[in-house]
Formats: sequence, C-alpha cells, structure tokens
Amino acid sequence: MFYKETGQFKSRYKDELAAFPLFEDKIGIGILCVLTFLVIPMFGLPGLNYEFAMGAIMIPCMVFIIMTLGLNILLGFAGQISLGTGAFSGVGAYAFYKFITIFPDINIIIALVLSGLVSAVVGVIFGLPSLKIKGFYLIVATLAAQFFLTWAFIRVAWLYNYNASGAIEGPNKEMFGIIMIGPQSAGMTRYYFVLVTLIVLTWLASNVIRGRIGRSWMMIRDMDIAAELIGIRPLVAKLSAFAFSSFYIGIAGALMVFFWLGAAEAESFDINHSFLYLFMVIIGGLGSITGSYMGAIFVWVVPVLIKEIGKSVFGFDAFVMENFSTILLGAMIIIILILEPHGLARLWQITKQKLRLWPFPY
Amino acid sequence: MEILHMIFIAPFLDMVALPDLFFQGLWDGFVGGTLYALLALGFVLIFKASGVFNFSQPILMVLAALALVSFYEMGINPWISVALVLLLMYALAYGVERVILRNLVNQDGNILFMSTIGLTFVIIGAAQWIFGGVPRSMIHAELGFPVGSSEWPMFGGAVYFEHIDISAVVLASSLIAILAVFFSKTKIGRGLRAVADDHQAALSVGISLNQIWVIVWFVAGIVALVGGLFWGARSDVSFALQIIGLKALPVLIIGGFTSVPGAIIGGLIIGLGEKIFEIYWGPMMGGSVEGWFAYVIALVFLLFKPQGLFGEKIIERV
Repeated sequence: MFYKETGQFKSRYKDELAAFPLFEDKIGIGILCVLTFLVIPMFGLPGLNYEFAMGAIMIPCMVFIIMTLGLNILLGFAGQISLGTGAFSGVGAYAFYKFITIFPDINIIIALVLSGLVSAVVGVIFGLPSLKIKGFYLIVATLAAQFFLTWAFIRVAWLYNYNASGAIEGPNKEMFGIIMIGPQSAGMTRYYFVLVTLIVLTWLASNVIRGRIGRSWMMIRDMDIAAELIGIRPLVAKLSAFAFSSFYIGIAGALMVFFWLGAAEAESFDINHSFLYLFMVIIGGLGSITGSYMGAIFVWVVPVLIKEIGKSVFGFDAFVMENFSTILLGAMIIIILILEPHGLARLWQITKQKLRLWPFPY
Repeated sequence: MEILHMIFIAPFLDMVALPDLFFQGLWDGFVGGTLYALLALGFVLIFKASGVFNFSQPILMVLAALALVSFYEMGINPWISVALVLLLMYALAYGVERVILRNLVNQDGNILFMSTIGLTFVIIGAAQWIFGGVPRSMIHAELGFPVGSSEWPMFGGAVYFEHIDISAVVLASSLIAILAVFFSKTKIGRGLRAVADDHQAALSVGISLNQIWVIVWFVAGIVALVGGLFWGARSDVSFALQIIGLKALPVLIIGGFTSVPGAIIGGLIIGLGEKIFEIYWGPMMGGSVEGWFAYVIALVFLLFKPQGLFGEKIIERV
C-alpha cells in the first residue's frame, strides 16, 4: 500500500534508468540524508553517549561500508575471492601517511585519492595471478599478499618514518582552515568528511557497476570462459576489478587510521581484519550495494552493542564479552549461509516485496 | 654488483663453508615439512570427501593442543587427556556434520568454504573462553616423548637433533602412511572416493554421506591433535599456531588439492624451502621471512603448474 510502483509512470527512458526510480525510495533516501547530515551530528544516537555514538559507531560504520563496498566489488561483482583486504587497507593507510609527511602542504583529498591509487597498483600486482588461477587457488595468492604486506609494515621502517613505536600517527592537519585530522580535530569535522567521502564513493560504485565495466565483471563472475567467448577481455575485467576494489579499500584504510583510530600499527591490518571485512560482505549480501551498507553496519554494530549491554547491564567482564561476540560473529555467518546465502540484501528485497501488498494481501 | 653477490653467491658460499649449519637447516626444515604435510593431508582428505575447503583445520589444531594441555592441568592423567581430546574431536566432527554440512548439501564450494571460516571464529571464541588465551607449554614430556637433544659430530661441526623432532618425524610419517593406506585400501576409503566423485551416485549405491563426513572430520581432528602436539612442543601452545597451520594451504597448492603424495612432497618443499631461505636470505631482508615465503613459493608454482604437481588436470567446459 505504501510502497508500490503502480501509478508512477515514466515518460522518458532516462527516468527508467534512474538510480531510485520509485518515489518512495526517494523519500527514504531524503530521510536518511536528513538523519545523517543534521540529526545525528546534532543529537547523536538515541540512548547512547554522544562521543560513543560518533566515535565508536557512526564513523567506523561508514569507514567499514567503504571497505565492504571495495571487497564486494571484487568478491560479489567480479567473483574473485580475496583474503588480503586487511593488508590492502594497510597499503592505503601507510601511503596516506607517507604523502602527508613527505608533502606537508598536500591537500587531504588529493592525498586520499593518491593513497587509493597506490593501493590500487598494489592490488593489481597481487591480482595478476587471478588471470591464471581462480577459486581456492586465488585465496592462497591473496594470503601471500596479506602476509607479505603485514611483514613489510613491520620490517620496512621507512614506511613509518623510523618511529620508535612502529606506529603511524596522524599529525594535525588542516584543510580550508579547519583542522581535519590529528589529535586536535573535532569529531564532527571528521564525521562529515567521512560521510561525504562515503556518498561520493557509493555514487561512483553504483554507476560503475551499472556501466560497461561492471557488466563485464559480472560476466566474468558468472562464467569466465563464456564471458571470454563473447568478447570480454579477462585481463582487463579482472585487473580492473582488483584495481577498483583496492582503490576503495585503500581509501577506507586511510580513513580508518586517520579519521577514526588516530594511530595504528601493523596489527590493524592483520588477517583477522580481512576475515571481518569478508564477513561484512557475506552477511550483507554478495553483489549488492545496499547489502554492503547493511552488512558493515550489522557486523560492526551488533558486537559493539552486545559488548556494551553485557558490560553495563549484566556486568560481564570484557574477556567474556569479547569471546562471546567472536562466537556470535562466527555463528551468524553459518546461520546466514544456511538460511539466506544472499544475505541481508535479499531479506530487504523480500521485505520490499511484502510491503507492496501490506497491509491488505490477497 | 654488491647486491647481486649478496643474493646469488654469498649464501651458497656460506652453505659450502659451514656444511654443519646447512645440514642443521635441512633437518629443521625437514621436521617442519613433515608436519606441514600431515596438516595438508587433513585438508586433502576433507576436500576429497566433501568438496569442502576446510579453512578451520589450523584452528582445529590449536583447539586440540589447548584442550590437551588444559585437561592435563586439571589433573587428569596425560593419556586420558589424549583420549578426552579425541572424544572432543569426535563430538566436534559430529556437530559440524549435523549443524553445518547437512544443511549445506549441494551448495557452492565458496559457500562451504565461508562456513568453515565462520566455524573458525566460533572455535576461536569458544576455545579462548573455556581454555583462556595465555600461551602454555606442551605436555609432550608427560606423555612419554623423549626430551633433550643429541649432538652428532658432522662435517667438522655438529648437528643437533631435538629428540621431540625425531619423534615428530616418526609419528607424523607413520600417520601419513596409515592414512594413505586407510583411504586407498579399506572399504571406508573406497566409500570416500565414491563420495568425492559424485554425491548422488554414492548415495544410490548405499554409501551414507553423513557417516563419511563424520569420519573424515574426525580424521582431520586426529591429524590436528598430532600436529598440535608437535607444533606445540616446538613453540608454545597459543593461538599463534593458527598462522603456522595456515601454511598447509601453500602446501596444497604445490601438491594439488586432491593428491596425497602431493601433500607430502609439497610439505617437504615448503618446509625445506622456507627454512633455508630464512637462514641464508632472511637476514638481508630484515628477518622473519618465514611468515610469507611459503606463500611466495606457492605463487611461483601456481604460475607454472596451476593444478599442482599431482593435481587432476583442470578441464573446463562451457
């Protein structure tokens, strides 16, 4: 009743191709924009401490959505399994650090795009084996990237400017007269920066996926030999998927360290993080942008909330809650795979189907 | 020139100059390789029987080792602890079959693989919760394995043989041999090959898929226990063993996913290769290259022999 395409006539082909052809979807997006741009930065999330809501939920969620978008491009749209996500995000973070320390006057946006490009180049290099191998064999190739790069983050002291601590830390740095990153930056500034980046990248991803390149990725995913026979070049399609995905992941890594954590060591990019991002993609739904949003939010927020509730309401200690949320994460994966292998995105679609008839089904 | 000399000449000169050190490296690599081979065999068996790429094999090893030590610390006789761990592994195999595999029959390989990652996390959380995350030392001495080391004079120097390493090689290679015979000569082994070939055909001639899966996962548990025992004895019993266990993956790549001899030879190549590389080329790169060198060897193999040394030829049809 409230959500239907009946009566919404399109008179131009362009309207049919719109990202949100339905009027109700436009309203929904509008509400989301008002919430994220105005309501949440002013009031925080209901029932939560403002600092906690921004620093532990909103900013990391948005960073992880970018990360999940990146991995989803590779895994969900191009069908190439990668367990090196953590390391590629590290490449982005270390590249950003090097750019802003070597060129102290560089614009943050330019540094961010450049570090994404560095990450893309590294992604392409480690994606080269995908031309010859696929499936489980590719997992080992990406594991090589994961272990080699995290080793490099520790051993190559040049990457962290020969710090004694071995950590990369965000110096105070301004853009247009406002301190954007570093210890003195305000949470609100960082929030808006990440939010805008997220919107731009989502817009880019959805258009690329709808376009020629995105279609070639999906053809490679569905059957690479058949795709090759009808004229898709696997070299271009696979490597562009690796490049695109690593670009997103690299930007997300840089945002994670400099707009959320403030400082990071090699452990922030280890294999467990790769698994975490993989979980976000699986739970959200392979090959769906909405799914990337839902997966990242769900996988990040649920354990955080459970830990908080366990600590404050039931008084469990951190150790117990940590392990409990690890078990829960694993169990969620198994349950989702058994019940709905297409993830939360598919559940959302089913809900929308039901909403067409609700509350008067035939 | 200096660098080329360092990479291509100096290490070999070192090898010739100090043959006892070289031999020591070979021996260490050989021990590691045998244990990698054993773990890789755990992967191969499950992959052959159910088409599941079992990512939880490394964490099974950690679980087995942790449980063994914890049972012993509770004051249980070491051998009874071993029996208890075996029981735990059987229960786990049964549970995995009941809860996960049975519900995912006929699903795509990727989905099964991801479900084992989920299983990995469940085991990590549970094991940390129950047994604690503090590194502990293995109880191999209490189990009656010889400790200490003997020194054999050789090439003007001496080579040290840790006794536990010798037992590791003996036990692991005999377990590999037993498994190879078990899966090629016995009735269960034939059933397993039938299941691997075609689920439906196997079911139609009266082979119980579920039973085969429980057996296979239990065998993987036994392999994990032996692997955990010896890796635990060589370092500490901690969750870091998982990273070691993951190195069975490059072994699989080299040997081929479905081949038992491949797993053995692949294990030895990885074990020897990474040890020698660590000793002679590691220092100039900053050390600790063992963490990734195995994967690089596997990558090189992949470029030339994508199906592994003994893997089945990959035939693709549209």
